Amino acid sequence: MSASFALAADPIDPVALVEGVRTDEDGALATFLGTARVVSRGRRVVRLEYEAYEPMVRAEMDRILAETRERFHVGAIRVVHRLGVVPIGEASVGIVVAAPHRADALGACRHVIDRIKERVPIWKKEVFEDGSEWVGEGA
Amino acid sequence: MRVRIRLFAGWRDRLGEEEVLLEGLPPDATVESARARLEERCPALRGLPAAVAVNLVQVPPDRPLREGDEVAFLPPVSGG
Repeated sequence: MSASFALAADPIDPVALVEGVRTDEDGALATFLGTARVVSRGRRVVRLEYEAYEPMVRAEMDRILAETRERFHVGAIRVVHRLGVVPIGEASVGIVVAAPHRADALGACRHVIDRIKERVPIWKKEVFEDGSEWVGEGA
Repeated sequence: MRVRIRLFAGWRDRLGEEEVLLEGLPPDATVESARARLEERCPALRGLPAAVAVNLVQVPPDRPLREGDEVAFLPPVSGG
C-alpha cells in the first residue's frame, strides 16, 4: 500500500484526502487536521506563515512513513503540510490513514503527527496585530 | 575549504540571507567552527538554539566538514 507526502501552497481538501486512501479492505479511516488557531499564548493571531527545508523535510517524511508502516498494520497514508501563509481557521497539516481496524488507523495517525512536531524541519511564524514571532525559538 | 550554509526562520531573519558561502575555512573545520564564523558575522546569532544538518542528515557539533558540504542550521522545529 502507498504512503505519500506533499507540501502545498493551497488549502487542504480533507474529503479528497480521505477518498484517496480508502479501499474496500479498510474498516477504519483516521483523519487529523491541524488548524490555525486565533489565540496563542494569550495574543491574538492574524495568520500563520510556514517555511521548510524542503529536501530534508522529504527525507524525514520518508523515514517517518516507513517507520509508521512497520509499527502499524495500515493501508494507504497521505500527509499534506502547507507552506507560506495559512489564514486563521484553515488547516496547516492534514493526515489520513486507512487501515483494516481502528486501533492501527488512530495509532498511525497519532504517530505521524507526533513525529512531524518532533523532528521535521518546518517552521511556523505567528503573525500578531503588532508584530510576529517564530514559534519555539525563544526569541 | 568552502561550505554552503543554509539558514531558516529566525536565523535567516537575523542574518538577512537564506544562503551564505563560507570560504577559507581551515582543513580541520567542524560544524562548530562554521557556527563561530557565522556568529562573528552576525553576533545576534550567539546563544540561539539550533540543531545542525550536513547534507540533509543531523550531525553533532564536532562533525568535521568537507569541501562543498551543505550545512543547515535548524532552529527548534514548529511544524504541524
